[in-house]
Amino acid sequence: MFNFETLRLIWWFLLGFLLAGFAIFDGFDFGVAALLPWIARTDSERRVVINTIGPVWEGNQGWIILGAGAIFAAFPPLYGASFSGFYLALIGLLFSMILRPGGFKYRSKLQSPTWRSLWDHLLFVGGVVPALLFGVAVGNVLEGAPFHFDEWHRLFYEGHFLSLLNPFALLCGLVSVSMLVSHGAIYLVNKTDGVINARAKQIASIGSLVTIVLFALGGLWVAFGIQGYVVTGGGAWDGPSNPFTKTVALHAGAWLTNYVTYPWMILAPVLGFGGAVMTVRLVRSARPMWAFISSGSSIFGIVSTAGVSMFPFLMPSSSNPNQSLTVFDASSSHDTLMIMLISIAIFMPIILLYTAWVFKVMRGTVSGQYIDENSHSVY
Amino acid sequence: MMDIDVVSLARLQFAATALYHFLFVPLTLGLSVILGIMETTYFITKRPIWRDLTKFWGVLFGINFAMGVATGLTMEFQFGTNWAYYSHYVGDIFGAPLAIEGLMAFFLEATFVGVFFFGWDRMSRGAHLFVTWMVALGSNLSALWILIANGWMQHPVGATFNFETMRMEVSNFYDVLFNPTAQAKFVHVISAGYVTGSLFVLGVSAFYLLTRRNVDFAKRSITVAAAFGLCASLSVVVLGDESGYTAEENQRMKVAAVEGMWNTEPAPAGFNVVAIPDAQNHTNSFEVKIPWLLGLIATRSVTEPVPGINELVAVNEQRVRDGIKAYAALEVLRKDSTNPEARATLQQYQAGLGYALLLSKYTKDIPNATNEMISKAAWDTVPDVLPLFWTFRFMVALGIFFIGLFAVAFWLVVKKRLDGSRGFLRLALFSIPLPWVSSELGWFVAEYGRQPWCIDGILPTRLGASSLTTSDMWLSLGGFLILYSTLLIVELYLMVRTIRKGPEDYFKPHLASTPALAAAK
Ligand code: HDD
Ligand code: HEM
Ligand code: HEM
Repeated sequence: MFNFETLRLIWWFLLGFLLAGFAIFDGFDFGVAALLPWIARTDSERRVVINTIGPVWEGNQGWIILGAGAIFAAFPPLYGASFSGFYLALIGLLFSMILRPGGFKYRSKLQSPTWRSLWDHLLFVGGVVPALLFGVAVGNVLEGAPFHFDEWHRLFYEGHFLSLLNPFALLCGLVSVSMLVSHGAIYLVNKTDGVINARAKQIASIGSLVTIVLFALGGLWVAFGIQGYVVTGGGAWDGPSNPFTKTVALHAGAWLTNYVTYPWMILAPVLGFGGAVMTVRLVRSARPMWAFISSGSSIFGIVSTAGVSMFPFLMPSSSNPNQSLTVFDASSSHDTLMIMLISIAIFMPIILLYTAWVFKVMRGTVSGQYIDENSHSVY
Repeated sequence: MMDIDVVSLARLQFAATALYHFLFVPLTLGLSVILGIMETTYFITKRPIWRDLTKFWGVLFGINFAMGVATGLTMEFQFGTNWAYYSHYVGDIFGAPLAIEGLMAFFLEATFVGVFFFGWDRMSRGAHLFVTWMVALGSNLSALWILIANGWMQHPVGATFNFETMRMEVSNFYDVLFNPTAQAKFVHVISAGYVTGSLFVLGVSAFYLLTRRNVDFAKRSITVAAAFGLCASLSVVVLGDESGYTAEENQRMKVAAVEGMWNTEPAPAGFNVVAIPDAQNHTNSFEVKIPWLLGLIATRSVTEPVPGINELVAVNEQRVRDGIKAYAALEVLRKDSTNPEARATLQQYQAGLGYALLLSKYTKDIPNATNEMISKAAWDTVPDVLPLFWTFRFMVALGIFFIGLFAVAFWLVVKKRLDGSRGFLRLALFSIPLPWVSSELGWFVAEYGRQPWCIDGILPTRLGASSLTTSDMWLSLGGFLILYSTLLIVELYLMVRTIRKGPEDYFKPHLASTPALAAAK
């Protein structure tokens, strides 16, 4: 039905869609968890905060599982290269995410204040660390990672964990943290009342402003600080998935050339900034739902900015640029892409439908009174 | 080529994290369906006790589910982190079922599970029943898709090698989906989950009857568990047999090892009940045989022979030799991708390519491997006979025991004689861990028996791993073990505590008004 080249492009878009979905949905869980020990002081306040995301966080986590699965199915070399290359970062990410289920399910099962406060802080770790590490990973991908393949396409990664924590990547990490924390705060504005609501409004406004500044800083750094990659020859868009057939060069500011070649791509950063600006304006309005939507759009814009700037690269190699992974030489076969496209076309609408139903069923604010009345059954 | 220690560590980490994951999976599978059955009864009878039953077992379900989710996440990432070459080599086929599992199953169960707990007062009874069944459907579908993926590793169908991309690519997705190995595995594994759920409910309820608490509550639970458990345990054994049958067709070597059968058994093949396999001399130093039985299990006939290890090694030696030709052709093609002769040779001997890769353990220069190396590589295809032989028999013995246990439970329920049977109740209580034991043994047989292959006949395990440093891997392995073990202790503590407090802690108002309970107190 579609040719190979088109399918690869579709999957590049879908990948962006899934990663943005992850950042938007799981993102507010991370943000709320990161805020938990600071925005809520008493046990009852903390239970309110936890129960705003209690019924939905598991479904939201579906986005990262599907995201990882989709990378595996649609771009297997990217899955292997990024997951094994950024090994300890991924392990750290896993460890912190593994803490979350216990934080939700086990925390309020015992009365002990030490027990509860321990879980609150573990939930905090489970919110901040993933948010930070995802940003750091994106930063490293933008800079290019030191890897090469041997003739059997076995991957060798030459960097180590500490080299991931370089200044540019850390800046990306901070963009991610501030964007997700403000997103979480806006979610709390929608889901709580009283003192938590007031604190959340403040954090959301400040957080969105910080995000704007950091995102702009990141843009300047990309323009003047780091080198981008360009394909200079070889590598047909419908050729076999073999990252050995093209040549690649590095240029300062090369990550901006796409905005000249494909002017529509400018929409991504515009949405990133615009959404954040709107968020600041809407947070204190009577309909904070709109602030949530604009903050989600801002995240979508920021995530897409990283993606479109690098097109067609998925993961450039700094030590052997010719072997960088691109949309056109790191994909699955035509048939697998087609099968996966059919599956996602059938199931994604269904997922969105029941997710919307669940959010509708669970709508409304969570109050201290609700927690007291259902103290046994809620988290 | 590869540092062998990295491979061992990757295997250890996979085995440890998978076995941990599978401590929680079977209970989720079984209990989710039992919750569905209980809530359906509530929907039909409208009696509040059935809602309370659903809620109380739901609390235990939730404690377990959290750990299933926590440990499952690791599994999803692990192929990329620890098995990067595997991901490259077979991701084109293997990634698809995994991604579809996310689309079809995880989203479903995870989205609805929140509503299951939080939605009781927010929707009609019918809507909540629907939610509960969606959770059950989601977990069962997740088992289906992961076992299609896993079944493909045991019996890789519908895929061919593409030398331009140096990996396996899908050639027939229909075959991957309807892989008989995967189908048999699915039925066997979900039945194992149902057994686990049923025995859990049976054992915990037996505890209440023994302590004369929540009697009404416990008896109803046992009714469900006994009936469901009896069907499930029959299905595990009958279809476990089916699993053996497909293994025989696809993985003759594994069956031969599991049976401790060194030489081809002339038809009708006998079944070794006990034996002491001696891998050095390729024979058993002791064995007790039941005539005919193996032939019936493995080939469903009394006239077909069942091939033994020694014969299968000879077959595999020929495959290694064929594979060397394919490997040599591949080296030509890498320099000149249009060479017609090399293409034809690769095409012809493709099936042996994986066997030639076994030689990488002995030499870098595979096309010039010596006869001695080839013979060693062929013998490498024999898994470790002794542990397989015994773990398998232990699983089977437990399977037969479960049938007996549930049959007695069912009979006692029908005869209304549960109260007087304290011996049986105690047996049920102490049997709670056994289904977990059999499941872990089952995975050991399936996975360890697949060695030395990651993908049977295609990719040797030692080539599948990522190029990592041992220090990184020790760090992650240690971290997982500490984290998982701590969480497991917390989980068990909360489980036991919740069980001890019992349903009366949750539903004081209703239960106090239940006459049977009042009488029991
Ligand atoms: C036969 C069943 C079975 C098997 C063999 C596996 N799983 Fe599993 N998995 C389940 C059955 C299951 C489940 C019953 O659906 C779980 C357990 C508890 C739960 O929350 O769902 C689950 C949870 C679970 C989760 C969390 C889902 C969520 O957040 O809702 C992930 C990501 C995985 N699994 C991934 C894997 C991978 C990559 C496996 C193989 C290597 C694997 N599982 C083996
Ligand atoms: C949760 C159930 C499972 C359990 C308990 C389990 C158990 C094991 C064990 C014990 C090993 C180690 C074998 C050895 O190294 O000697 C192993 C290896 C492995 N299994 Fe499984 N397994 C499970 C499910 C799966 C599934 C569903 C897949 C595929 C999707 C899979 C893929 C692998 C891989 C890639 C390895 C590493 C390579 C190897 O050592 O063979 N496993 N597993
Ligand atoms: C008479 C009883 C049984 C027989 C004949 C039997 C047979 C088998 C066989 C042949 C395998 C290996 C399949 C392979 O190599 O790929 C297997 C695996 C397994 N068994 Fe059993 N089994 C029995 C009882 C049980 C019981 C009681 C449980 C748990 C409650 C169980 C759980 C498992 C699991 C989880 C696996 C691994 C998954 C798989 O490979 O299907 N089995 N069984």
